[in-house]
Amino acid sequence: MNKIETSEKTSTNLSFFKEWKYAPAPESKDHIQLKKQYGLFINGEFVSPTSKRYFDTINPATEEKIAEIAEADEKDVDLAVNAAAKAYNNVWKKMPGKERAKYIYRIARMIQERAREFAVIESMDGGKPIRESRDIDIPLAANHFFYYAGWADKLNYAFPNRNPQPIGVAGQIIPWNFPLLMAAWKIAPALATGNTVVLKPAETTSLTALKLAEIIAESRLPDGVVNIVTGFGKTGAAIVNHPKVNKVAFTGSTDVGKIIQKAIAGTSKRVTLELGGKAANIVFDDAPIDQAVEGIVNGIFFNQGHVCCAGSRLLVQEGVADIVIRKLKDRMETLIVGDPLDKNTDIGAINSKEQLLKIQDYIKIGINEGAELHQSSCSLPNKGFFCKPTLFLNTSQSHRLVQEEIFGPVLTVQTFRTVEEAIEKANNIPYGLSAGVWTDKGSKIFNLTTKMRAGVVWANTYNKFDPTSPFGGYKESGFGREGGLHGLLPYLSL
Amino acid sequence: MMNTVDIPNFRMSPVVDQVGVEERVARFTSRSIKKSSKLQALKLALNMIDLTTLEGKDTTGKVKQMCYKAAHMCDQLPGIPTVAAVCVYPNHVRTAKEALIGTGIKVASVATAFPSGNTTREVKLADVRFAVDEGADEIDMVISRGEFLEGNYSFVFDEISAIKEACSSSRLKVILETGELSTLDNIRRASDIAIYAGADFIKTSTGKIQPAATMPVTLVMLQAIKDYYYKTGKMVGMKPAGGISSSKLAIHYLVMVHETLGERWLTNEWFRFGASSLANDILMQIAKEKSGTYQGKDYFSND
Repeated sequence: MNKIETSEKTSTNLSFFKEWKYAPAPESKDHIQLKKQYGLFINGEFVSPTSKRYFDTINPATEEKIAEIAEADEKDVDLAVNAAAKAYNNVWKKMPGKERAKYIYRIARMIQERAREFAVIESMDGGKPIRESRDIDIPLAANHFFYYAGWADKLNYAFPNRNPQPIGVAGQIIPWNFPLLMAAWKIAPALATGNTVVLKPAETTSLTALKLAEIIAESRLPDGVVNIVTGFGKTGAAIVNHPKVNKVAFTGSTDVGKIIQKAIAGTSKRVTLELGGKAANIVFDDAPIDQAVEGIVNGIFFNQGHVCCAGSRLLVQEGVADIVIRKLKDRMETLIVGDPLDKNTDIGAINSKEQLLKIQDYIKIGINEGAELHQSSCSLPNKGFFCKPTLFLNTSQSHRLVQEEIFGPVLTVQTFRTVEEAIEKANNIPYGLSAGVWTDKGSKIFNLTTKMRAGVVWANTYNKFDPTSPFGGYKESGFGREGGLHGLLPYLSL
Repeated sequence: MMNTVDIPNFRMSPVVDQVGVEERVARFTSRSIKKSSKLQALKLALNMIDLTTLEGKDTTGKVKQMCYKAAHMCDQLPGIPTVAAVCVYPNHVRTAKEALIGTGIKVASVATAFPSGNTTREVKLADVRFAVDEGADEIDMVISRGEFLEGNYSFVFDEISAIKEACSSSRLKVILETGELSTLDNIRRASDIAIYAGADFIKTSTGKIQPAATMPVTLVMLQAIKDYYYKTGKMVGMKPAGGISSSKLAIHYLVMVHETLGERWLTNEWFRFGASSLANDILMQIAKEKSGTYQGKDYFSND
């Protein structure tokens, strides 16, 4: 593993965790049920892949194998899409909305009942801290099913006089940063609007989607309405290119998003893309500084920074830059990095070795570009993929580090002088997914929200999600909205 | 050499976002403190208590009994620290002082027409001087909340300075009575006034008004202490008082102090709990950590 030179010095003489260390408080794994090998979930049952190939899924915190996952090839995808098409034509599109809703509610309740198990598996497979999977990912996933269950029989009220109709088979490809939550974001609105689904989870985080498949089977959802196929990019390509797929929904990197858009050009397939981001988190000199520092931490270190809407560019007004940075450095000393299953862990494992190498490359780029590196003085576990919370000070808009999405716990810090300069810097980027604004002045917030070219703008908070609120981007961050009433639109023809 | 600190304009005190404060507090309360770290915290919390009796019906007998308890928290359990101080009205300071000779336990006295503070400066100063002359190591004063809410920040500042002077070498704790200040912005402003006027400690409440100490209020006060420390390098203590009666809550407070100000504040020189029923709950938890089972509350003496 490449080692990066880090500064062990901290900014102040405040001292943390020397005399009083929190004893390990690991979440129990006793109650979870995992199989050694998982097949593909097609037409209501788990089947072996015709490819006969399996790959390992590992725990990124220990590098130990958890289970074997089937790799679906084109034939497997074809079976899944045909099952979905049959279910759509024979059952699901004919079923009244209020009947569809019952199944969706049932899935939501079953996720809640097994929330603890889902949370533990999510943390084992993906590396995120149990505090987040327990308090955010899993409850939000259940909430998305609850929310869209409510819409299923009210589509005519959502779009009055428009006779909303389902589209058909939705091919959905989701990323590894919020595995179950992204599955919920995709499946719930598709089912509520009467579409059927072929979903592919990311190869490093298939397990909770497969556990969701077990719930779907138990819920007696009609066979073939939801199919879950696992695999790599090729499996995803097979879904996108399948002629019977009517709608593609993708969340992931901008590069893959562009490939998908090229692939479906000239077809009648509908598409929504939720891609990368490089959000500005803007702190004005009249902001509540201590809470802004929390917001900065939450913006970039939530889920190890594996968040497309992460507040990865801090823009801080010059008058408060010194105090904000000093507080931020002290706050970083109190972030506990380590075992994702420990209830006190704030920052877990990087999702994969590949991603860790990418982040480390960017840290090297930042050093070579002459930005000032600061990392917390925490120690990292010997095994597994971990990265210290990292700041780069004295960066400018022209640094690559500022322009490119890192998708890790790395924050760049820039200063600005005026409101206009903040807006210009925030918008001067190919992405436009989200932004944060910190100020005590309401009028300043409204001024900024109208001028920010970003799909989500948070004011005096960051990384807040709710099923009722639409989410999506501008520019290279993609198009289409998920969540809220807007999230129904991509799955309906009006 | 004189160290000078500019007195800030208190109308420009940093603003506070209540939602953000509450979210931060929720993170402290979700820390899971187990095993050795829990035992360490319990002993620390016990050693930070100002064992308090502030009632109209206080008597010499009651104060003496409480002082004995303060020095002998639970003789059946080895290695149990004493509390930090006892806190009484000025007329009981001498009794407490004599009862605690040789224990190292401090005597704190409320003063300045506690709890309302509604009297003249002369009376308040006389109240403080009397308590100091009787032997009080620490003075817990109340600010004039009426003047504060009228916006007379200079009045409040000058009063605290005058009382600090009257304390001579006794340490001054300034009670903001946060339950009467209504907003976190006000609490931040009052904290700044007290700190710059010379408070050795800032304290949330008298215990006579609801709400008394809460974690969000305490966090805002800790942040004021931190900003002052950043600016001057000088430490100021913190004392939440009233309403902290369970070990679990006390540990949440310690986590909050730890992760906001760092470990140097984790001693009774810089952090106190104003509480009385908390002590026995902590003893019960310590006994449980050692024996594995909870004992009934009659196994712990109540004075």
